[in-house]
Order: sequence, then C-alpha cells, then structure tokens
Amino acid sequence: MSNPQQLRYSKEHEWLSAAEDGVSTVGITEHAANALGDVVYVQLPEVGDTVTAGETCGELESTKSVSDLYSPVSGEVIAANEDVVNDPSLVNSAPFEGGWLFKVRVSEEPKDLLSADEYTDFAG
Amino acid sequence: MSNAPRLTALDALHRSLGATMTDFAGWDMPLRYGSERDEHNAVRTKAGLFDLSHMGEITVTGPQATDLLNYALVGNIGTIGPGRARYTMICREDGGIVDDLIVYRLREQEYMVVANAGNAQVVLDALTERAQGFDATVRDDRDAYALIAVQGPKSPGILKSLTEADLDGLKYYAGLPGTVAGVPALIARTGYTGEDGFELFVEPQHAERLWRALTEAGAPAGLIPCGLSCRDTLRLEAGMPLYGHELTTALTPFDAGLGRVVKFEKDGDFVGREALAKAAERAETAPPRKLVGLVAEGRRVPRAGMQVVAGGRAVGEVTSGAPSPTLGRPIAMAYVEAAHAAPGTEGVGVDIRGTHEPYEVVSLPFYKRQK
Repeated sequence: MSNPQQLRYSKEHEWLSAAEDGVSTVGITEHAANALGDVVYVQLPEVGDTVTAGETCGELESTKSVSDLYSPVSGEVIAANEDVVNDPSLVNSAPFEGGWLFKVRVSEEPKDLLSADEYTDFAG
Repeated sequence: MSNAPRLTALDALHRSLGATMTDFAGWDMPLRYGSERDEHNAVRTKAGLFDLSHMGEITVTGPQATDLLNYALVGNIGTIGPGRARYTMICREDGGIVDDLIVYRLREQEYMVVANAGNAQVVLDALTERAQGFDATVRDDRDAYALIAVQGPKSPGILKSLTEADLDGLKYYAGLPGTVAGVPALIARTGYTGEDGFELFVEPQHAERLWRALTEAGAPAGLIPCGLSCRDTLRLEAGMPLYGHELTTALTPFDAGLGRVVKFEKDGDFVGREALAKAAERAETAPPRKLVGLVAEGRRVPRAGMQVVAGGRAVGEVTSGAPSPTLGRPIAMAYVEAAHAAPGTEGVGVDIRGTHEPYEVVSLPFYKRQK
C-alpha cells in the first residue's frame, strides 16, 4: 500500500490533508483500515464540535472490535462525511478518498505529525 | 509450556495467501484472508475453505472404550453407531462444563474425540484420569491430524469431484474413511457454520496437497479461503455456542439451554450425574437466566461482557456479539434473567459504552439454512 505524499499522518493512524482556507480533511490510513477489517459502524464528531489533537472524537467499529477515533489536530468540525456513516465500507475501499471522515477548521496543529515516508516507516 | 505460538501444517500457505493471522488458544491461525464479510457470504451462498488444525483430537480405543466414554462424558455414547458422530459435553463432578465435543465412532472399539483447541489438554487430562479402571486407552492425537473444512451449499459438489466416497450416503453427523485428491482422509459431514459441509481429518504432511486440490476444484464454484473471523459470525448466526463465551465451567449444560445432551437414561454412573440432575430440576422450575438472541435496532455492535439492561438495571450479560452479515444488523447471544428472556420482550437493551441501545429479544438461531 502507498500513503499519499501530500498528506500528513498521526501515530494513531489518522491522515490530515494540507489546509485550504484553514480547513483540513481527516481520515484513517489504509494501514489502519486493513488492521481493523471490515468497518461496520462509524461514529463521527458533529458539525460544530470542537476536537482536540490526540483526543478521541468518535469510534470505528469492525467485525472484531471497536476502536477510538482520534483527531490529529485541534479545531472546529465543519463537516462530517455522511456517506461513510451510511456506508462504512468506504473506509476500507477508499480510505484516502471517499472514506474521509470529517473536515476541521484547524486552530492548532501538533508539531509531531509525520510525513508519508515517516509514517510508512512507522506503520511498517 | 513454550510461549511461541503453534503453527499448523498450512502456515506457509496462509502467509503466501496474505492472511491476517491471530493468536487463538496458543495457535497462530488465519483470522481472515481478505474481507471477513465476503468470506462469511461465500460460505452462506457458495463455499469456504478453513484450516481448523488447532482442534484437539484424542483417540480412545479398547474393549471398554464405550464404557469409559459413557462414564467420562454426559452423552449416551453406546448409541452412536460406527461411522456416526455425536455432539456432547464433558462436565466436572459439580456439573460445570469442561468442554463441548464431537465424538466420532470410527470402529466398534475406536472413537475420536474432538475438543476445542483451548481445552484439548484439559480434556485429555480428564479422560486419562477417568480411564483408570477401564480396559481402554486414551491417546493424544493432536499432532496426528490436520483438519480442513469445506463448508457451504457448493461443498458437496466440490468434494464429489475429488473423491469416490459415497457422499450422498454420508448423513449429517456421520464420518467415513476415504480418499480425497489422493489423500487418505476421514471425511465427516460436520461443521460449525450452519451450512452443509465437510470436515476432513488428514495427516499433516498431506494437508497442503489437499488444500490446493480443494482450492482448485472449488474456485469455479466460488470457493474462497476463510478465516476464524467469519467462522465466528457464521456460528453466531447459527446460534451455536462457543466455549469460553456461552459455555464455561461455571455453567451446566442445562444453564446453557443444552440439557438435551445429558442422557440420564444411560447405564451406569457418569461424572457429574448427581449435580446435573439437580441442575435439570432447577432449569425446569426456576431458571436463573436463559440464553437468548438479541438483534440490534441500531448499528452499534454488542460485545462479550457488555450488560443487558431493562428498566435501568442489569438483567443479563452478552456472551458473543458481532455485526451479522446475513441479517445486516448487529446480533448477540446473551444470558438474560428469565423474566426478560421471552422473544419480543419490550424494553431490553445493551449497555454499549454507557449508552443503552435498544435490542429485540429473539429465539435462537438467527439463521437456519433452507434444506
């Protein structure tokens, strides 16, 4: 699998797009989606929620387990992907595209986000 | 005991297929090869191929093999005809379930007892101890067999293309020796999926050859390799108990709704008889809890250990839960207080991380195949 170069990554296996007008998109990586197995339920933060970098903001449920969703940045949620709520398998089939999770107006970004190459090394 | 996981004879093959592996009862086993939902659906509609070599085979032979098993197990083993198999249990003196088993009567004086991987040593030890005074031999045959299962509606056709054995004459819960793809095998019509299917006990050295032959013969019919993840959702939909979840030493077969496996009418004493007679009476008059099915109204998935709630208090506990590919909704098995256990009981929920999610109480199984 290849992790897109233009994204940055957290050690909790979320990806973050480069901000456009201060807004970034968040999802989970293909590595994380593969580790989870078939995702069957996604609970996302709601529009207007404040999320904090490194803190839980939702959950992802697969056949075998439930995992917390961590926000890679701090800010205000301005959109949640309803398509993924209705069809959680998008997280598995298109984790970097149609399976995005939410968009956030970034107030603060942690300094330890990883580049694609760093994340690839980290995830193994 | 070493901490290194045990590997089946098919380990290298699983890795070459890209399987996600998991530790299961000390064995490194395939959890899934691709999507567990696709694997589940393949078994329901076509066919799936499983490596179940972690299961524990114990051979019991001798002039008093039947007497020993009648004493050691709760079933009436003498009524199993040669070539047939029976689902049964081994209990403690206090009636607690040590394991659930399938016993194959291979010959008049030879049985193969198949125990769960996690309990195989305990069962072996118990049978060995209980064999004292009987003219019978208990043999650990865990390393003598690899076990490959082909399950699903297409499995008879697939297997027929590889064997001369009389599969049409092989009834559910029967087993006969034969040759499959040139490999000597005990062919059993058993499984743990709720579908028609076969379990093939073979020498480990032949496992890879058999697996490849089944893969090739089954591919046109849609057969795919399947991992333990879908095996769990398949058995859950079929309402089949799993040791460590629905069955434990703290429960008798009657507590688990499986009192029918205890045969008081058989000759002679058996381990647990007295305690089980009391358990039978209690289950009849004042059952504390009953094993029920739960179907979610929402999409959050119940997991083992979560509390079943009604009227704001705990009335039971989930023993197994998963998203059901067939029903398209989360399902669970749970022990629930008798007052809340009737199908259709209103106001029952599951406490999922602090939120009471509504659930419908249903009778088991969730899924029954059309014959």
